[in-house]
Amino acid sequence: MTRLSTTKSSHSTPWLSRIVTLGTGSEIAGLLMLLAVVVLVFSLATDRFLTVPTFTSVAFQLPELGLLTLAMLIPILSGGLNLAITFTANICGLVLAWVLQANGGVEAGMPAFLLGGLAAVAVGALIGWVMGAAIAYTGAHPILVSLSMMIFLRGLGEFATRGGDISGFPDFVGMLGHGWFAGIPMPLWILIACVALWHLILNKTRLGLTIYMAGSNIEATRYSGIDTKRTIMLVYTLSGLMCGIAGILMLARFNSVRVGHGEAYLLITVLACFLGRVDPFGGFGRALPVALALLILQVISSGLNLLGANQHLATAMWGAFLIAVMVVRHIWAGRSVRRT
Amino acid sequence: MLLELRNVSKVFGGVRALQSVSFDVAPGEVLCLAGENGCGKSTLIKIISGVYRPEPGAEMLFDGKPMEGLTPGMARSLGIQVIWQDLALFPEMTVAENIAFERNLGGRPRLVDYGAMRKIAAEMLERLGVGIDLDTPVRELSIAQRQIVAICRALIAETRLVFMDEPTASLSQSETDALLAIVRRLSADGIAVVFVSHRLAEVLEVCSRVTVLRDGRYVGTFPTEGMTQTRLTELMTGQTFDQDVRAADRTANPVVLEVEGLTRRGDYQDVSLTVRRGEVVGITGRLGAGRTELALSLFGMTRPDAGTIKLNGQPLRLRSNRDAIDAGIAYVSEDRLSLGLVQPQSIADNTVIPVLDRLLGPARLLSERKKSTLVGEWIKRLAVKIGRPEDPVNTLSGGNQQRIVLAKWLATEPKVLILDSPTVGVDVGARAGIFAIVHKLAEEGMAILLISDEIPEVYFNCDRILHMRDGRLIDEYLPGTVPMGRIESQVHA
Repeated sequence: MTRLSTTKSSHSTPWLSRIVTLGTGSEIAGLLMLLAVVVLVFSLATDRFLTVPTFTSVAFQLPELGLLTLAMLIPILSGGLNLAITFTANICGLVLAWVLQANGGVEAGMPAFLLGGLAAVAVGALIGWVMGAAIAYTGAHPILVSLSMMIFLRGLGEFATRGGDISGFPDFVGMLGHGWFAGIPMPLWILIACVALWHLILNKTRLGLTIYMAGSNIEATRYSGIDTKRTIMLVYTLSGLMCGIAGILMLARFNSVRVGHGEAYLLITVLACFLGRVDPFGGFGRALPVALALLILQVISSGLNLLGANQHLATAMWGAFLIAVMVVRHIWAGRSVRRT
Repeated sequence: MLLELRNVSKVFGGVRALQSVSFDVAPGEVLCLAGENGCGKSTLIKIISGVYRPEPGAEMLFDGKPMEGLTPGMARSLGIQVIWQDLALFPEMTVAENIAFERNLGGRPRLVDYGAMRKIAAEMLERLGVGIDLDTPVRELSIAQRQIVAICRALIAETRLVFMDEPTASLSQSETDALLAIVRRLSADGIAVVFVSHRLAEVLEVCSRVTVLRDGRYVGTFPTEGMTQTRLTELMTGQTFDQDVRAADRTANPVVLEVEGLTRRGDYQDVSLTVRRGEVVGITGRLGAGRTELALSLFGMTRPDAGTIKLNGQPLRLRSNRDAIDAGIAYVSEDRLSLGLVQPQSIADNTVIPVLDRLLGPARLLSERKKSTLVGEWIKRLAVKIGRPEDPVNTLSGGNQQRIVLAKWLATEPKVLILDSPTVGVDVGARAGIFAIVHKLAEEGMAILLISDEIPEVYFNCDRILHMRDGRLIDEYLPGTVPMGRIESQVHA
């Protein structure tokens, strides 16, 4: 962190205290405005934008990135990072795939799927727990620990699959990735449930409050009688668990599992968190603004797609958009600080 | 006069930080700039060093010549240097590199001349009569040594006026004495030193005059001869304080905390003490005597190698501070900034963090209602001045932050409260408020252990004073029966 002023404590950059004072209300209002602007721009650009197919494409594509972003969110709030999220999701998908194949492949029944799903989530949680324990007990930096885990999982996954795809699952699994329920695509239901769960954990539980406190100052939190080692382990366990759910969804959407799938999402999840006003140094940020930020990114991507833009150009636009947001936010912050 | 200021004002966003302040410094003089936190001392220094512009109408003369449109660079070339409390050294660089750093500034790129840097650094240290290894990285130095490195750096230029912001805040008495000797040496060399300090005793000792600011206004400049600490405190706060010894014999009360033969190798040895119901026991001694280390073991943060800790007669086995908290022991850390409070988080969250279990409502979820009730209750009981409970805790003044720390620990309903240097960074005026709370807690029956290296603090607030040196309790004094000066000379001997 740069020292902006000698009289201030090093913890309080003005940028940071602004996030605190703005509160959740105006965070969400700002992002809703941004969403409205993005929607407006695309509706003016093409009359095919404000249509049901656009909504459908957003609703089906958003959840994968969304679940992985939730998996990234909690470690960032705790002052860390989990770089292993995409490969954890792949490994969890593999676990489910193996359970299904061992139980008849295309012929596998619902019990096999439930068992496999449970195993996938459990493996995700276990991977997270191992990282959490390493970070909490050795004091190693989360980037190093999760990077090591990422490389381990990638190697392990590629070794196990020989770099190929695993496919051939029962039809009802596809329902999870492509089906509808009550007029809303299934993947979106899953994302909504997971955002709600994360919101509940972060805002309404002892663990949630502890995560924010530890993210700001882990020693002071420990001095307050909190078992911060346990907190850190739970943070990464939850992150791994969410990767498990993401892995199951990815399997259902593509009807196959390949190690390396979704790899490009990794850094996007970090950026989605920051766009959703999560403090990169930990301690501040909420689940709902992050969900809104994801929605904005997906609308941009789908809108550009409609305009016939190249897929790679869409990725470039994401990056440009995020930089623009940071700059605008900085200028805005400068003004409001001067005004007070 | 070297520096003469008249009618200097500064407004920040409608708030008057300074109101037509006068200030002058004679060549080679040691002057004290005194006042509580937020009185405008830092603002004044920043104006003199060119960081801020004063409001129009200000008159600022240096060597009789007006200083107009002053920038930090100009101030430095005039020979004005400021050593801020955080020193702004480069921890990974060596002593020599830090001292001779300015040599390397400039527009044109050129190679670093380590030989010349070492030579300059060695000369500077020589001039102050201090020996510090030139090649040691600054992070390995003690705070006192870092202070000296910062002074050397400030003297590199043709310095004529040095501001020192709280230079002794983290120094022990002997280190302070050494620093004051250096200040006198500078003064003898014709360099004027403006001292900003909370420690009134040393202010009166080293300075010839003291300029007092209060709420951004100029109170006056007074000779230190004939000035007393009490009078100075009154000038700074605008209030009068009567300090009485409140010590009483509480041997009739039951023992709450009983420590016997407690030893942790390298930290403290064979410590035995008791604290009774309603008793305030002070532990004093120099920095590094093992006071904080002892407190951390009583709070379950570290494990003693031998000895017992009993609470109300029951032996305790503390595996973590959670065990200590559950048993009824609370610890107010000496380091409020990085250990006492989770700084940028909210006042409310900081208050409830040790007692989250008590906030659980239906389905074991945190209840907002229970939280705001608890926070509101403590803010009211300790009369904490806050904006909203959701505000970041670092928006509060030092004194109010310390009240939040107390609130947080009192919420755990402790039987024993350990206060480790509770008034560090707290204004003189606010200190009295903190101790009023402590006395009230003692009257209500709490057993209190007060750790402080400020003798007056333990003398006027404790029933008994234990003297710790090199990890051992070596003496016990009863305030009132022993004069304060004697304890001071014992501790600093």
